[in-house]
Amino acid sequence: MTAPLLVVEDLTKRFGGLTAVDRAALTVRAGTIAGLIGPNGAGKTTLFAMISGFETPTSGAVRFEGRDVTALPAHQRTAAGIARTFQIVQPFAGLSVRENIAVGAYLRRAGRTEALAHADAVGRAVGLGPQLDRPAGEMTVAGRKRLELARALATDPKLLLLDEVLAGLNPSEIRDMIPVIRRIREGGVTILIVEHVMQAVMSLCDEVHVLAQGRMIASGPPLAVARDPAVMEAYLGHGAAARIAASARNPGAPDHA
Amino acid sequence: MTGSARLPILIAVIVLALLPLGATSNTLLNFMTFALIVALAAQGWNLLGGYGGQFSFGHAAFFGTGAYAMGLLQVRFGLNPWAAMPVAMLLGAAVGWAIGFLAFRARLRGAYFALVTLAFAEVFRILANAWAFTGAAAGLLVPLKLQAANMQFEDKRLFYWLVLAFVAGALVLTAELARSRFGARLVALRENEDAARALGVDTLRVKLAAITLSAGVTAAAGGLYAQKSLYLDAAIAYGPWISVDALLAPIVGGLGTVFGPLIGALALLGLGELSKMALGNLFGGAVPGIDLIVFGILLILAVAFAPRGLLGLFDRLIRRPRPAEGGEATP
Repeated sequence: MTAPLLVVEDLTKRFGGLTAVDRAALTVRAGTIAGLIGPNGAGKTTLFAMISGFETPTSGAVRFEGRDVTALPAHQRTAAGIARTFQIVQPFAGLSVRENIAVGAYLRRAGRTEALAHADAVGRAVGLGPQLDRPAGEMTVAGRKRLELARALATDPKLLLLDEVLAGLNPSEIRDMIPVIRRIREGGVTILIVEHVMQAVMSLCDEVHVLAQGRMIASGPPLAVARDPAVMEAYLGHGAAARIAASARNPGAPDHA
Repeated sequence: MTGSARLPILIAVIVLALLPLGATSNTLLNFMTFALIVALAAQGWNLLGGYGGQFSFGHAAFFGTGAYAMGLLQVRFGLNPWAAMPVAMLLGAAVGWAIGFLAFRARLRGAYFALVTLAFAEVFRILANAWAFTGAAAGLLVPLKLQAANMQFEDKRLFYWLVLAFVAGALVLTAELARSRFGARLVALRENEDAARALGVDTLRVKLAAITLSAGVTAAAGGLYAQKSLYLDAAIAYGPWISVDALLAPIVGGLGTVFGPLIGALALLGLGELSKMALGNLFGGAVPGIDLIVFGILLILAVAFAPRGLLGLFDRLIRRPRPAEGGEATP
């Protein structure tokens, strides 16, 4: 078993009286793809924001490579090696695709030539080669998702946090994107993804964490988690696991009780 | 954004430098000197507002600090103007840093940032108008000593060329900055601050560097203004007129472009002068404030029809029309 790269310890975030994330814990091992799933409103985005430094936790800690990074602001976490993408893609509209990626590349390269060359390489790796000179504002949704990925990758992260990079894509675009994510992992980058597209989670992830109502209710290999009664209940409502088990025993019986 | 702008800068500076050799009219030379000083102030504004997207309504704070520093260092401390100039720029930059530190640390953006800068400029104006050290309401006179060693020239063209040298320096600075890491980060935070932070950009630091640089350039314009007119009062140095000119010129000329402020300043002030003359002839006397009405009309026209300024308009009219310009192109 490889060493843990990211350790989230009992993270809690309260907004006034609402507890968005309640003592959530998870560990991501180096070299793996981990998934974070959960029904809408489970607190995934908030947990993600706390890992990337965009929200300050009410309590708990985030450890990266054994170092406590809880107090670091977002830009310093990126410098430490944690990069993120946004669910709502945020291209720099006034810049070309290459210049967009270069903003990420500049993090570890001061010179324009090196940064642009690195931007080119990263852009090609995610399949943006033909569009490098186009204004970022003209990209399609699929193109923008790739650009979002490329920019984060250009910062040379050790851990890449992907916030629903497949949302809004059609099935064939999703099929094109999955190998891109796999190749990133093969390049030595550890990945944590928040995703709603279950087919992708099942095929990509080594380990899946399930958040429901702010709490971590299950963790483990994708198939085991999918069969977990607590997870079924969280997605399908109270009693769902029992009904599914019952209907599995009597295939002819009606689904609703 | 654009590729290397070195050749166009060289051409523009040569054309402007040759101007006083052909046209000898004193009025024209006076006007061009003034227009270039405004262009320099606008170039300073453009670094922060055009590239960084932080719209200041109070660049008078930096212009006035440069102007008063230039005047006071000579009058009260007996400093040579050539030595006073860099000090004036540094003082303006320091004021820029201080205002930026207060405003950006408090995460003020957009209209709130604009209002805070406006408030600072007004406070400085009121203070300069009341304090005996700055000459209070009577103003400050810089003694006339027509010597090159004193940055006062018998031949007015020499001062024009001096101002032009500053404008050229600001053009080169802007072009270099636009192609640097700092420039890329500045544009990134203008377009989307959260996305920039996620890519490791320390947005507070970049904004502070931008406002410091911006203020230093605008303070140089103030210093040159003081040396040109050899008289200052609070309404001139810290007056809202320069805040307005400094932001209108880049908007009319082209925000976040190397040449926008220069082209905008020449167009704005030129049209203002022409309308003053034309309407003056028409009504048989001066029509006060007519240039401000022209500015207002130009601003409305620019915002409505040329959101990328005169340079953007030029791009669209002269060059081959490009398919699908910006916007949310539907696939």
